[in-house]
Amino acid sequence: MPTRSASAAALSVSALAELISTLQARGYQVIGPAVRDGTIVYSPIERLEDLPAGFSMEQEAGACRLVKRNDGAVFGYAAGPRSLKSFFHPAEIKLISAERDNGTFRIVSDAPSPPRTAFIGVRACEIAAVRIQDRVLLEDRYKDTFYETRRAHAFIVAVNCTAPADTCFCASTNTGPRAREGFDIALTEIVDDGRHVFLAEAGSAAGKELLRELPKAEPAAELRKAAEKALQDAAGSMKRRLDTDGLAQLLYDNFDHPHWDDLASRCLCCANCTLVCPTCFCVAVDEASDVDGRSAERWRRWDSCFTQSFSYIHGGSVRHSPKSRYRQWLTHKFASWSDQFGTLGCVGCGRCIAWCPVGIDVTRELAAFRTSPAAVNSQGGSHD
Amino acid sequence: MSSDAKHKPKIAVFKFASCDGCQLSLLDAEEHLLAVAGAVDIAYFPEASRRMLKGPYDIGLVEGSVTTHHDAQRIQQARRQCRTLVTIGACATAGGIQALRNWNDVNEFVSYVYSNPDYIQTLKQSTPIAEHVPVDFELRGCPINKYQLVEFIAATLAGRKPNIPTYSVCLECKRRAAICVAVARGLACLGPVTQAGCGAICPAYGRGCYGCFGPMENPNAKALARRFAELGNDREQILRAFRNFNAWSWQFRAATEEREQQ
Repeated sequence: MPTRSASAAALSVSALAELISTLQARGYQVIGPAVRDGTIVYSPIERLEDLPAGFSMEQEAGACRLVKRNDGAVFGYAAGPRSLKSFFHPAEIKLISAERDNGTFRIVSDAPSPPRTAFIGVRACEIAAVRIQDRVLLEDRYKDTFYETRRAHAFIVAVNCTAPADTCFCASTNTGPRAREGFDIALTEIVDDGRHVFLAEAGSAAGKELLRELPKAEPAAELRKAAEKALQDAAGSMKRRLDTDGLAQLLYDNFDHPHWDDLASRCLCCANCTLVCPTCFCVAVDEASDVDGRSAERWRRWDSCFTQSFSYIHGGSVRHSPKSRYRQWLTHKFASWSDQFGTLGCVGCGRCIAWCPVGIDVTRELAAFRTSPAAVNSQGGSHD
Repeated sequence: MSSDAKHKPKIAVFKFASCDGCQLSLLDAEEHLLAVAGAVDIAYFPEASRRMLKGPYDIGLVEGSVTTHHDAQRIQQARRQCRTLVTIGACATAGGIQALRNWNDVNEFVSYVYSNPDYIQTLKQSTPIAEHVPVDFELRGCPINKYQLVEFIAATLAGRKPNIPTYSVCLECKRRAAICVAVARGLACLGPVTQAGCGAICPAYGRGCYGCFGPMENPNAKALARRFAELGNDREQILRAFRNFNAWSWQFRAATEEREQQ
């Protein structure tokens, strides 16, 4: 039965195609999941067929494989290697350039204005990560204006996650699988008994207004129930768990635990975990002049606490050993982040587990501190 | 800028055992070549010009490894003539692909290759420049990245530190939004232990990194070799992965020699 109620609706697959074209008609560049290079990543989307219908990813520590699904689900996969960070907080951005000009110099600000972007398929964990980056990059003493301009006009179509990977643990960090806020429209995909339908809920005035444009039906109570059950099943099926109770104190108390040495023997310091992490925000700012000294540029690039230059101050790097860098990262994510910003720095998306080339699993490493807490106080501890 | 604006730094380019590819990177820096030629005096560069000015030189770029007695003497002379000595490329910095001889009997190779082996005088090992004289800076790669070479020259002229990162290839790989071939395809990729500088060319085209830029800062080659074994690579495959252009770098050497003993 067609309806005008816009806060919740049942959308067909063809209505999803209309959602894409409606966003395009409103001037949005549409970014959504697409199969690329053996995985599913956010890419520019032109039409419904670009979405990864019938594909999923099997993810394990240090491994991700594209696999086929036999139900044709469009969103039947969990977080891929790219997150919204790539769009709001770009990997490389030229901040300014400067030209030498009659004995002085002139600053040239030639940053192109970012496109209005709509994202489709955003998971609850990723929305939680965006909220964390908002807190860090917008709501602190200084605003990151590059982030602000990209973030401000984004339209977010969330997808409540019914297909967590083996690396997921958002149920433990309380950041999923259902998106509760921070979206314009949230979809829950139901594929069963010959039906393929999306339960759509508006989360903003803009989302409500857009839903009104789409062909839809009043969602039956049964559909709502099916969506509810799918999300409960997803939460219950997660293989990885993280006990967050007293986690900060556990890490603070175990500054000198021998497990850090074990970690250092496996960690490559390659920085992949921080680069795929949707909340890690660290950057390096480099300046370079050209050979004849007439012009210079200032670039900002993703950096990582796993590089030696990251902690370089006069005379050398503060964290020169891999052990100290891993400890810095893990302790920041799960302990000092809370002191700084009021939440964990982790949203349970499992990217750092899947995309670690040697398969280091934060949930297992943190559990190791719990099972054998050395409780060596940090006073006078080693800083190697 | 240099203290004396009239003084153009004199640059010399020396060649040792190598393929010349790194020297060509300088000639290949087309859009910067005129600026470089205007800013410095290319005083000794036999590959490019018959004009050969005598030393001393402000900057000496050294390509190639030391493989003969004559090389070993020549590098001492080159060092004495250069205020700043920079090795360019995997041969000069780590011994190059020719350092594979270091695990074998070079006289046996010579006997196979040359009809009159008596004419060949060569050292048992191919060694990096830094094993012979102090080196002020290294530009890595097989070949070097021309932009890094230009950056080094620009930084030296401006009196600033060259912006040449020493972290892993993975940072460049992720910044260009390439998909990790180690995780998504289970390939033996040396990127996590290799120094950045190439722009992650091979992973971006679906191949594992070959380690052209040599070991990064703090490389954990042993842990990566263990991972290669887990991915199904046998001992020979793992040795071959680490033993290429930078085989004789002590970090890769340590990892392979440990595995050989297992």
